[in-house]
This record gives sequence, C-alpha cells and structure tokens, in this order.
Amino acid sequence: MNTRVTYRVRLTPECLEMDGKRVAEAVAGESFLTQLYRMNKMDYPKFFKMDVLCKVGFLASEILLQAEGAERFVPRSDRAVILFNRNSSLHADRTFQQTIANPEDFYPSPSVFVYTLPNIVTGEIAIRNKYHGESSFILLPEKSQEAMNRAIARAFLDPETKSVLTGWVEAVSETEFEATMELVVSS
Amino acid sequence: MIVKKIGDSMMTPLGFSVEENFAAVMAGRSALRRYESLWGLPFPCVVSLIPDEKLETAFAQEVDTKNLSGKCTKFEKIVLLSAAKAVKQSGIDPSSERVVFILSSTKGNVALLADENPDLERVTPAHTAQMIANYFGNPNRPLTVSNACISGLCAQIEAYRCLKSGQYDTAVVIGADVLSPFIVAGFQSLKALSDEQCRPFSANRKGLNLGEAAAAVVYTVADDVADGWQMVAGAVRNDANHISGPSRTGEGSYRTLMTVLDESGLLANDLACLNVHGTSTLYNDEMEAIAITRAGLNQVPVNAMKGYYGHTLGAAGVLETLLTMRALEKGKIPATRGFDEIGVTMPVPVSSESVDTQKNAFVKLLSGFGGCNAAAAFVNGYGL
Repeated sequence: MNTRVTYRVRLTPECLEMDGKRVAEAVAGESFLTQLYRMNKMDYPKFFKMDVLCKVGFLASEILLQAEGAERFVPRSDRAVILFNRNSSLHADRTFQQTIANPEDFYPSPSVFVYTLPNIVTGEIAIRNKYHGESSFILLPEKSQEAMNRAIARAFLDPETKSVLTGWVEAVSETEFEATMELVVSS
Repeated sequence: MIVKKIGDSMMTPLGFSVEENFAAVMAGRSALRRYESLWGLPFPCVVSLIPDEKLETAFAQEVDTKNLSGKCTKFEKIVLLSAAKAVKQSGIDPSSERVVFILSSTKGNVALLADENPDLERVTPAHTAQMIANYFGNPNRPLTVSNACISGLCAQIEAYRCLKSGQYDTAVVIGADVLSPFIVAGFQSLKALSDEQCRPFSANRKGLNLGEAAAAVVYTVADDVADGWQMVAGAVRNDANHISGPSRTGEGSYRTLMTVLDESGLLANDLACLNVHGTSTLYNDEMEAIAITRAGLNQVPVNAMKGYYGHTLGAAGVLETLLTMRALEKGKIPATRGFDEIGVTMPVPVSSESVDTQKNAFVKLLSGFGGCNAAAAFVNGYGL
C-alpha cells in the first residue's frame, strides 16, 4: 500500500514545530505544556489529570489534528493510533513507586497507577476523538524511524485502517520529553 | 501464504511445559494461593507465583549463561527460558535476519524501581527484548508490545502482520510478567482484586487475581495448509470511552469480533469456543457477554482460564491461546474453573465442566486499560 505523511509536529520542552517550522516557544513561568493548552484554546479539563506522557502525546495529537482541519469528534474506525517510545511509562512508574516505598506511609493511588501503562496515551487520544480503530503502543530499544515505518506499514494490513496517527512520544520527567507525531494516510 | 505455529512453551506455577499445564488444567488444579501479607503488603491477596527454586534449576539447565552479562532478574529469566524452549522446539535459526523477536509485557522489570539506586535503563521491557535478541544473536530490532492486558494477543497480531507483509519469515512471540508489590498494590488501589479465588462470569464474582507466567510461540510462513495451528485473523479496536473502565456496550470488543469473523470467513458454527478474558471483575465479564451477544456469538461455548492462573497480564494472551490450542487438539474445551451461576445480563454458555468438541477453530478475546480490545482467530490444520 502507498502511504504519505500529511502533517508532522514536534514538541520538546523548548518549542513546538509544525512541518519543520517553529510555531511556538516556551516562555518562563508555567509549564510549556500548559501554555500550549491555553494557546490552542482547548476546553478539555481532563488534560490536567493526565500524567506528563499523556499530556505530551495528547497535545501533539491535538495540534496535528487541528492542522488537518477535518471534522472532528465524529465516531470512526478507519484511523489507527500507534505510538512508540523506549522507556514505557517510566515517569508514572517512579511516581507510583514513591507511594508504596514506605510501609509507614503507604498510599497507593489509583489515579497514579492507571498511568503506569504507556498505552493510556493512545486511549486518551481515542477517547478525545472518538476513534474506535486500532490503538497500540510499541516499545523500541532505541528511536528508529525505520522500525516505526515498518510498524506503520504493517498497521495498514488491517482492512479498516485508512490513516494512522503515529509517532514517538517519550517523557521521562516533567521537564524531559519529546513528541514527534505525524498523520500517515493511504493514497 | 499462511502463518503457522511451529513451536511453543510455557512456564507457570502449574508446570514448565505445555503438556504439564494442560494436564493440570484438565485435572482442575489452580495455582492461586491466598497470602495474608505477601511481601509485607497490608492486605490479604490471592495470587499465583512461579516458585524461585524450580525456576533457578530450569534456567541453569536450559539457558547458556555465557551469552549473558551479569545476573538476571526473575522477569528476564522467565522470558529467556520460555524463548529458549520455544526456539529449540521449533528448530529455527534464531540468528537469522528473517526472524524477529516480539515481547509482550505490561510491567517487565518494574520491580527494580524498589532498589536503592535503580538501573532505570533496565526497567523498560524494551531493554529485556534487546537482551533476548542479543542472547540469540538476532540482528533485528526486537519489538515490545505494551498494550496493558491485551498485549499478548497484540504481540501475536503484530507477528502475523510481520509475516503477512513479507517483512520477516518467522516471529518468536514471548508474553511474560512477574508480580511485585508495585503491581499488586496498584490493582488493590483500583479495588479490582478479590481476596478469594476468582469466579469468571459468576453471579457472586468479587474481582480478579493476579498471576505470574511466561509463554512463547513461534510462527512462520508456510505455502499451504497442513497439520498444525495457523493464525488466520486478528484485530485491535478501542472503546473510545474510558481509560480504566470497559465500554457499557462492549464497543471495542464487539468491533474486534466482527472484524475477525469477516477477515477469517469463520462463522459462529465453525468455532469450538471463544476463549475470553474473563477476569472476574463485575464490569469486564459483563462487557464481554454484551460484545459476544452483539456479535451473534452467544451460542458459542465461552471459556476463561483465570481460575487456574489468575490474570497473568502480558503473558495471558499467549498462555491462554496456547492452552486452548492444546485442549482443542485433544477434543476438549477446558472448564471455566471457579464458575458457578451465570452472573451477566446477556447469558453466554459458560461451563464449570470440560466439554468435548470436534471443532478445530476458536477466537481469543481480550480487553484492557486504555480502552483497548483485541481478538484473533486460529484454525487447526484443514480445520473446517
């Protein structure tokens, strides 16, 4: 199947790039992720409950889909969400570990535990957009565009999948993160 | 071109071979045990644990530690051991560039985080996957599928596509998870655990039990249908509803079932059984029954294996698929251990006794956090 990349965003702690052009930069003060949420006039309070991996993946997807400009929030199953990273949900894992490390101060929180799975971010994007198609999170030993391209090509073997929202989403702390996300469509 | 199983292995508290596990399941044995304060946790729980001593012995026998640097964790040991056994049985050359390794795990080495100075590089299952590839001298980047509880089925679907697309000729899929205070306390915080042995689909079910297991399967491409199991379809769909609760309409599971039936051409009457997730939580089993009914499969026998092993997380999809294959080879649909009285609003045929069958096809169904659902269809030999 022939496919092409339609839009691409890159989000780092310093800036946001759209199709290779810098469109926003972090300014001192509140976190860049919150700044982007406000800049894009999102009204989705669930965002503030998310862990950093979800916030990064969610924002990148929102910005990409706004650029796409298609009608949104209509149930569909022809779009897959397939994301990748190396370190899984390491930041949420470390946060949850802190809540159980001390028997004298044992307070495991369900709202933290639920984010200790990397595929929660694919679920957050599916919920937001009413995507009933495939959702998947794949871990790679290192960032590799080739390995990601191969996985995306395989995803199109699903008879319903006509486009894939995909990319690398890594967040090992509140201040160390990267998302490169693109929309790949069959042509 | 077909995708055929040529090797398998499993390691659970009920045995370190497929044969031992199948015999234990048919004898109605469960690996689930109650602990009043496992690892000092401040609540009782019912779990199944792989015994360390038995694991050490088997590991020393089967794994060539010369190919490893340093000491392995329990998780790494069960992954390596199950992979080594399945690779050996299949007779493949694991160092071939036409072979890909695919790992399924939800939490891998997360127990390492309890160390004073944890090796953070090693926590991710992607590290373990690379370790397996290195052990076998395989040059390809290994894949790790981490889709919560459906990972074991997703990994097989990924393998199926790796072969169907021509990217590789053979895939070694390993599903594994071990338990730790992290995982048990997490599920307890979600109020998902039962302090009794679980009772899938039963009226008085109280929640799930957790378990440790590893299972591996080797799939390869073949020209024609012959003896043995082949994977014929697989699909993953999202509920788009909630990150930690299943859809009330069974939306994602229903969609996976419809896609898999359509893709495989299988009809309800072709299926010996639906081997379902059946975690024994109120919502999961209810959701599965709704999805099955909506898909028109509510006359097909339904069975669940959590009563023998608990929920083995990233292993479940591989373990339960392999056990169903072995059972159907012997003309049996295993009993749903722990089941008593149907407790879902859409009644589906669940049995507390094993049932004889002549049919050679089944569908495996799973669902998980993140709203994800997976189904895959398997056929034995000419099958139909």
